[in-house]
Amino acid sequence: MTIEDVRKVILNILADIAPDEDISSIDDNTKLRDQIDLDSMDFLDIVMELRKRFNIEVPEKDYEHLATMAGCVSYLTPLLKDRQLAS
Amino acid sequence: MSKQPKDWLKGVLSAYDTVVIGSGLAGMTSANLLAKMGHKVLLAEHHYNMGGMATWFKRKGGHIMDISLHGFPCGMIKTLRKYWSQDISERVIQLKNVRFDNPQFSLNTSFDKIDFTHILRERFGIMKEVIDEFFMTARNMNFYDEMVMTTRDLFEKFFPGRTDVWRFLMEPITYANGSTLDDPALTYGIVFSNFMDKGVFTYQGGTDHLITEMKKELLRNGVDIRTHCMVEKIYVEDKTVQGVRINGQDIACKSVLSNSNLLTTIEQLTGEEHFEPEFIEEVKKVRLNNSSCQVYMGIKKGETVPHVGDLLFSSVADEYCTDKILSKDVTSRTFSFYYPEIRPGTNRYSIVSSTNARYQDWAKLSESQYKKDKHDLEQNTLDALEKYVPGIRKKVDHVEASTPKTFKRYTLHPSGTSFGTKFEGLKISRDLPNQINGLFHAGSVGIIMSGWLGAANYGVIVANETDKFLRQLRPSLVTASA
Ligand SMILES: Cc1cc2nc3c(=O)[nH]c(=O)nc-3n(C[C@H](O)[C@H](O)[C@H](O)COP(=O)(O)OP(=O)(O)OC[C@H]3O[C@@H](n4cnc5c(N)ncnc54)[C@H](O)[C@@H]3O)c2cc1C
Repeated sequence: MTIEDVRKVILNILADIAPDEDISSIDDNTKLRDQIDLDSMDFLDIVMELRKRFNIEVPEKDYEHLATMAGCVSYLTPLLKDRQLAS
Repeated sequence: MSKQPKDWLKGVLSAYDTVVIGSGLAGMTSANLLAKMGHKVLLAEHHYNMGGMATWFKRKGGHIMDISLHGFPCGMIKTLRKYWSQDISERVIQLKNVRFDNPQFSLNTSFDKIDFTHILRERFGIMKEVIDEFFMTARNMNFYDEMVMTTRDLFEKFFPGRTDVWRFLMEPITYANGSTLDDPALTYGIVFSNFMDKGVFTYQGGTDHLITEMKKELLRNGVDIRTHCMVEKIYVEDKTVQGVRINGQDIACKSVLSNSNLLTTIEQLTGEEHFEPEFIEEVKKVRLNNSSCQVYMGIKKGETVPHVGDLLFSSVADEYCTDKILSKDVTSRTFSFYYPEIRPGTNRYSIVSSTNARYQDWAKLSESQYKKDKHDLEQNTLDALEKYVPGIRKKVDHVEASTPKTFKRYTLHPSGTSFGTKFEGLKISRDLPNQINGLFHAGSVGIIMSGWLGAANYGVIVANETDKFLRQLRPSLVTASA
């Protein structure tokens, strides 16, 4: 997966978790929490989805990397680089 | 000819990834999630109905009584949508008229931050800055915070000596989760803020509708549901879960997620000998939360009840006092008024009165005394209700009471605890898998993880842990996106 693919994956997951939010205009460097209505259960959902879809385990100490889109992408890209984006 | 007893385990598999013990909201939510994640799940419930405390019963005359549908925070909408279905979540509606009536004040509120701010200013004369800071302090409390401050300290800090304000802020929460002024302030802050966010909500269609829909969803996702199935034992070897015994039959499993009471799970189902002695020492310190009494009043077909409020916190006690609230000499009651909107199309009304109660007060009575006290409870409740619904005795054609003994019988919870354990139970619950591989607990615990929202969300949190555990055993499992 490329950086762009990883970003798509995350947007895809966010769209499931927060269907009422406009995720198309997310700014990569601002905290996700400050842009869309996400609580700690929603972050847990992101972690569960990543495990379910790609078998990636994000340990609790690394949750902070998921705070922004840029953080998600740079944390997840190395873990997903050998994977295909599911069609 | 004697009838062959029904085999409730007929067709059961010899092994599962997870056995979920109990179908309360935590048990059902975790079973649903684990099945969606691709695991083989058995959900075993000893009762004939699912739902645990989230339950209802029917009586002659077309009465349907809800047990724990008085109200929950709006966060439940999101929880139902994410972990159940859009359709289920869309049935959540707001209860807009919450009433207080006691010797210190009588007022109506929509039970949200805006209205509470207004009332605290206009009615109780509190300065805006103090109110704002109080709300902020409550909102920012986290369950991993240091828990030195009690709710009493919190109130003393913001509203010194103002027992009327304390009552306004505390009485509903005491009913919602059994907490007192002496519990950690963060337990108050989290639950209070959840409600204040947008107010109190309920489920249109009633508890029966909700649980029926949840059952369909569980079946759709492949959960093997078994009612009338008592889990008697959790088998552990080498600090690892091996299986369970249900109705005398052994079933293997890689993990157990127990929605049975925390202490029952450790002491009875598993057995203390499987845990570290230091852990058991901590377990012994866990206090159970209180239980409840309720009086269910069914309104005759064709009769109506004027709109006197959705929830009414009524009390004749001078001040808010936990001991009085728990006392068998009832001075405080919460009335829930169920109007036809709750079950559209039925045109029926019911009223449920709830009080917090202690198991010991009811368990020690002789059978005849127990009957008499239950009868008195019903009659005193009708008397108290007369003030709000004149002529109530003429409108009612079914009255029935439940006590802590009733709750114990149906949920098996020790002392009939309505809201699990006090705060210290949460740590023990979270620590179980560190003691025994594959053993998890989800359900009312630690005050904050109780109530419909708390229990369901805790089910999700623990399902996440269970999924993590199971995937370590089976690294190849990848589930296609839903
Ligand atoms: C009177 C009353 C009023 C309430 N009102 C409200 C309210 O208005 N709003 C709100 O949000 N909350 C309310 N609550 C609290 C709320 O109902 C509970 O916190 C919540 O439903 C608990 O869910 P749970 O998952 O912890 O499990 P429970 O509902 O306690 O269910 C546990 C289940 O496990 C089963 N079980 C236990 N042991 C075994 C075994 N060995 N084998 C098989 N099955 C077993 C039991 O039968 C039960 O079905 C109320 C509670 C009470 C008692």
